[in-house]
Amino acid sequence: MTGESTKGRWLTVALLTPTSAWFLVMLVMPLVVVAIFSFGERSAVGGYTASFTFDQYANLPSRFTAFRNTLTYAPFGTLVSLLVAYPLAYFLAVKVSPKWRLLLLVLVIVPFWTSLLIRTYAWIFILGGRGIPTLLDYIGFEGVRLINTPFAVVVGIIYGYLPLMVFPIFVSLERLDKRLLEASNDLGGTPFRTFLQVTLPLSMPGVATGCMLVFILLMGEFLIPAFLGGGKVFFIGNALVDLFLQSRNWPFGSAVAVTLVIIMLITVSLYMRLTMGRAADRNESIM
Amino acid sequence: MELNVSMINSDKSGSPDIQFDQVTKRYGDVVALDNVSLSVERGEFFSFLGPSGCGKTTSLRLIAGFEQPTQGNVQIGGVSVIGVPPHRRPVNMVFQHYALFPHMNVSDNIGYGLRQRSPKPPKSETYRQVDELLEMVQMSGYGKRRIWELSGGQQQRVALARALINKPTVLLLDEPLAALDRKLRRDMQIELQTLQRDVGITFILVTHDQEEALSMSDRICIMREGCVVQMGSPRDLYDQPSNLYVADFVGKSNFITGSVTNINGRYVTVEDANGRTFVGAPSASASGFSVGVAASIAIRPELIVVSSHNSCAVDMATDVALNGRIKNRIFLGEHTEYLIETDGLGDILVLSPKHIESKRGAFEPGEAVALGWKNAAALALEDS
Repeated sequence: MTGESTKGRWLTVALLTPTSAWFLVMLVMPLVVVAIFSFGERSAVGGYTASFTFDQYANLPSRFTAFRNTLTYAPFGTLVSLLVAYPLAYFLAVKVSPKWRLLLLVLVIVPFWTSLLIRTYAWIFILGGRGIPTLLDYIGFEGVRLINTPFAVVVGIIYGYLPLMVFPIFVSLERLDKRLLEASNDLGGTPFRTFLQVTLPLSMPGVATGCMLVFILLMGEFLIPAFLGGGKVFFIGNALVDLFLQSRNWPFGSAVAVTLVIIMLITVSLYMRLTMGRAADRNESIM
Repeated sequence: MELNVSMINSDKSGSPDIQFDQVTKRYGDVVALDNVSLSVERGEFFSFLGPSGCGKTTSLRLIAGFEQPTQGNVQIGGVSVIGVPPHRRPVNMVFQHYALFPHMNVSDNIGYGLRQRSPKPPKSETYRQVDELLEMVQMSGYGKRRIWELSGGQQQRVALARALINKPTVLLLDEPLAALDRKLRRDMQIELQTLQRDVGITFILVTHDQEEALSMSDRICIMREGCVVQMGSPRDLYDQPSNLYVADFVGKSNFITGSVTNINGRYVTVEDANGRTFVGAPSASASGFSVGVAASIAIRPELIVVSSHNSCAVDMATDVALNGRIKNRIFLGEHTEYLIETDGLGDILVLSPKHIESKRGAFEPGEAVALGWKNAAALALEDS
């Protein structure tokens, strides 16, 4: 008995070792390094000189715009993606016949076969001077500028993150017991009220997961604002690219990164609290 | 083949609650319901009985409005409901696996129907009615519970209360007791019957369990492959099945198959493969026999008399007498069930009541016995 359980324990350890090692080397150690760097100073030629100072953190307000943009575009982009993704997921899970469902699902994933970089590049041409604005010119709307605007960034966000939002919602809607909808109809619920009272609340786990995925990734986004925002919409991600690669100010970059991680941890844990709290709120009546 | 055997003596001033006029339902090439006409009277406990795929659930879903007939007309309370969506029909349903809303507590589930009304009744009124129903299904104090905290039987009661809160003219029950264990099912059968008498609404039950249908219904509609085979009271179906299918489906029976050799006024003679002839009374609902057609003689196991082999047959006074050997014995409490191996007729099932068993003593497996029945107890049936 004991021998077997010891053996089992060793097996568990053996199986978990690669993951733990990966986690430690690739995530924890870099984070620790970044945290240490954030208290250092920039050396004369760039990079890092060991030191212990809070100067980098004191300098954070100089990147206020980047923080403000990230903290407004990430929630806003999440919300807009949700509004676009929900009807699509609903259509795929409820309205489409199973025969077509798989094909349409594959179509949602197909863009993932190409790198986001290339696809975002494509949007530069679509939204750029010879793309949609030219078409608008023909119908009489002259001088419309789309590229390098906040609008272009939001379009890019919706485009890039839609599948991440669609799939969790699709899964929760597909798993929904269709007899519950019949029961609601049977009890006098119109199709619209049935949606509000049964479908929507029961798909909330999918909505929560999708929002979380999109929000976390958007907080670190730099490609879409750089390509489609043309430097006008500046995210923390862009600030980090600049600090590490252009001005080679590693300590300040580290301080910005650490701050981003802390903001993210706080918002995500608050969000989890909120969604979990709602699920756990067992005895609240909805009447 | 409408039979109009109704045990209900309610005043039939109004039209029947539910009426099907030559209703056909097709799904592509599959015919789920084939030209069915029937009517269910007000206050009746009506059952659709049949194996899966016989069209009974389709019938129920046509009444609820989840399906529309391909042909024919469905009426509720004398008004055609073709094209009327489920939420505008005065019927409510207890679903097979209850379909209770998992994100709501018991009270909110039960009050759901009231909250869909416009104008919405005031909260206090909703609570009052919910409490009333909780009490009716003996679940007072369970209002704040979550659905997953309830046992199967409790969920069943909540589903019942939820379906009754809008005071439907007809309550539809789709295999409502299938998920419960035997003992609980028995209790719920009695409760459902009592409830139906108390609230006085028409109940329409769908089941594949003949015992359930027999014990609860005023009238049963036996279905097969989308057609109505026989409609009548439980007693009619048991005593006067219209054919072999019904006799086999409702209760247990012994069958002797063969072909008709003689018909006189009261009896039909059937000759089996071994050339032996048996006589039976034609079922009252049978459509008619002719010499030479395939037919069966059916004898209910409780109508067969058994005595020990060497005892004189004085107490037997049967028209048919056979010898056999006890193959198996099952003690069922109030009855003892014997499987008796006979020469020429195969195994015959006999049900022997307790008072007889205790008088003459139980037979042991392997024991030689004499058995027989009166011709009046045997039924002559068409094969389908």
